Amino acid sequence: MNAEKPTTVYYFRFSLGQRYLHGVLIVIFLGLAATGMTLRFSDTPWAQAVSDAIGFRAVLFFHKFCAVVLTGGFLLHLCDVFYRGLLRGQTNILYGPDSLVPRPQDLIDLYEHVRWFLWLGPRPRFSRFTYWEKFDYWAVFWGMAIIGISGYMIWFAPFFARFVPGYGMNVALLVHGEEGLLAVWFIFIIHFFNTHLRPEKFPLDAVIITGRLSGDELRHERPIEYESLVEHDGLKSIETGAPPRWLMNFAGIIAVLAIGVGFILVFVTLTAFFAGA
Amino acid sequence: MLTRASYLIGLLLVAFVSSAAQAAQPLTAKDCVTCHNAAPTEPQKEEPVPLYVNAKLFQSSVHGPMGCTICHSDVKAFPHVPKPQNVACDKCHSGPAKDFSESVHTAWDAMKLKFPACLNCHGNPHGIVAKTNPLSPVYPLNLPYTCGRCHGNPDLAKRYGIANVFALYIDSVHGFALTKDGLLVAASCASCHGAHRVVSPKDPSSQTFRTNIPATCGSCHAGIEAQYFDGVHGRALKAGSSAAPVCTDCHTVHHIAKVETAPWQTRPATTCGNCHKQRLRTYQDTFHGQVTALGVAEAARCWSCHGNHVILPPSDPKSSIAPQNLISTCGQCHKGVTRSFISFEPHPDPRDRALNPILYYAAVFMNLLLLGVFTFFGLHTMLWLVRTWNLKNHQSDDFPFGRPQ
Repeated sequence: MNAEKPTTVYYFRFSLGQRYLHGVLIVIFLGLAATGMTLRFSDTPWAQAVSDAIGFRAVLFFHKFCAVVLTGGFLLHLCDVFYRGLLRGQTNILYGPDSLVPRPQDLIDLYEHVRWFLWLGPRPRFSRFTYWEKFDYWAVFWGMAIIGISGYMIWFAPFFARFVPGYGMNVALLVHGEEGLLAVWFIFIIHFFNTHLRPEKFPLDAVIITGRLSGDELRHERPIEYESLVEHDGLKSIETGAPPRWLMNFAGIIAVLAIGVGFILVFVTLTAFFAGA
Repeated sequence: MLTRASYLIGLLLVAFVSSAAQAAQPLTAKDCVTCHNAAPTEPQKEEPVPLYVNAKLFQSSVHGPMGCTICHSDVKAFPHVPKPQNVACDKCHSGPAKDFSESVHTAWDAMKLKFPACLNCHGNPHGIVAKTNPLSPVYPLNLPYTCGRCHGNPDLAKRYGIANVFALYIDSVHGFALTKDGLLVAASCASCHGAHRVVSPKDPSSQTFRTNIPATCGSCHAGIEAQYFDGVHGRALKAGSSAAPVCTDCHTVHHIAKVETAPWQTRPATTCGNCHKQRLRTYQDTFHGQVTALGVAEAARCWSCHGNHVILPPSDPKSSIAPQNLISTCGQCHKGVTRSFISFEPHPDPRDRALNPILYYAAVFMNLLLLGVFTFFGLHTMLWLVRTWNLKNHQSDDFPFGRPQ
């Protein structure tokens, strides 16, 4: 461990806007997953119980409402990337070590990480975004585009039938349902583990709520980014204190709710999927 | 014992007082009630029919004007020992008696239920009134309760294997019409089963024999019967198909539900799906089917597109699913339906490449995507978990990577 006061110095990793956007994503994704899985597995007793409890029209309304909000969030994010990346010239978000865009180094990181899993080599030194974080990002990006487009196709079927044949709606529903299932299982199993539930982070990594991570975390988990910040004198501008207690408590509540709802959904959808298959 | 004793004492008394004077005269009802018009002092266990006759009730019954000895013809004088024979209703009612002799209810003898069979339904022999009289046990509004005494009794149903259907009927659209709306025209037991000649539905002469059911239901639902015989199901029945569905295959036998309700409307699995299994399965894969499975009658069910009683094949130009009629059929729910829209497949099967190759390959792609992602990340996650678990348990300096304590 480093000698300098390691646990008191914190650095900002996410801006307030990004944290709010992820907060919206949490709530909306939970809403879409719960209502969508109720429709996807409508022949199960739990889906019928949900529909009976709040009403089918409410299920469909919340699904569409969340879809519209998420579409707005997605477009907002695209505008933000466009504005910062192209208009403000922050090209580091479009390519290079700080970007979420994949590069060959990610494959090398994956290879070395797996070697580390197998006690065959040292833990790789990661940059600002690791390969699994990039996969998370692009999975959600691709998922939102595919699920969004197919969802609007089903919603406004006669309109879209002017541009695609009617059986396109059959394909849209199939893709919508399967991609939704993929998203739900991926987020609630893989993303939860990679980000929150693995032993180093258990029970949660609050960075997306508090926006900050400790100096130790930055040095150990993202050494390349840390070294680059030191080299370019960037640390001072993002330095901050420990997150206040209320914020940590808030993060804990969010995590318990999200993980709770997520695991319930994973359980009921997995049982329904394998019972039906 | 009191009854037996008082009967004997009474007999002796009456014999002494009046035998000499009236021996040659035929008996009148007045004579009979001298003994039989007293209220019983204790329940009479031995006799199926009370020895005591409510003279007023008897006078008002259909048999009142006939007096006693038309039925009790073996009673010529009193004291009438030995005991008189059971009354033979068939002496007058030969038609119903013949019908009854062919019915399933003659099995009563075999079951050692020794009641005179007619009285089981017609009630007190000295108070029988016309079936149009609301006091009659076979008055249409009373009939289900009369039949239900046996056919709503779980013990009897179990012991003798008879149909326990009263609860189903009373909870049906016909039962409600009778109990709630008080309709004399509401179908009750005899409407479908007949009154005296109730025979097994396996008997081809039965009103409830499979191929006779449309006519039986059609005796009230004449318009529906005509529509049914216009459609494929009715035509198949007429052509002699034993698999052709009849009314009861979709509507059930006794528990016939009001068709407008959501529980009925959202049960295609137990109606059309009973036979059309593949069509049901592929329907359930659509948004229509998903909504219906939730018990909500807001998306298309089978009959929304195919019709219900007049179901016609797509090759028939009058069919709602004939290609030239699809725009208007889909248009019942969807605004702005175009020719392109109707290429939607309401019974998609992603496993059938010939039906729709694009759907087939989309399904293959999605399955491979799911399989690939979860195989890769499942392994990745497990290996990672083992590795970090090991680090944690060995209290490594490398763990937990500077997490604040």
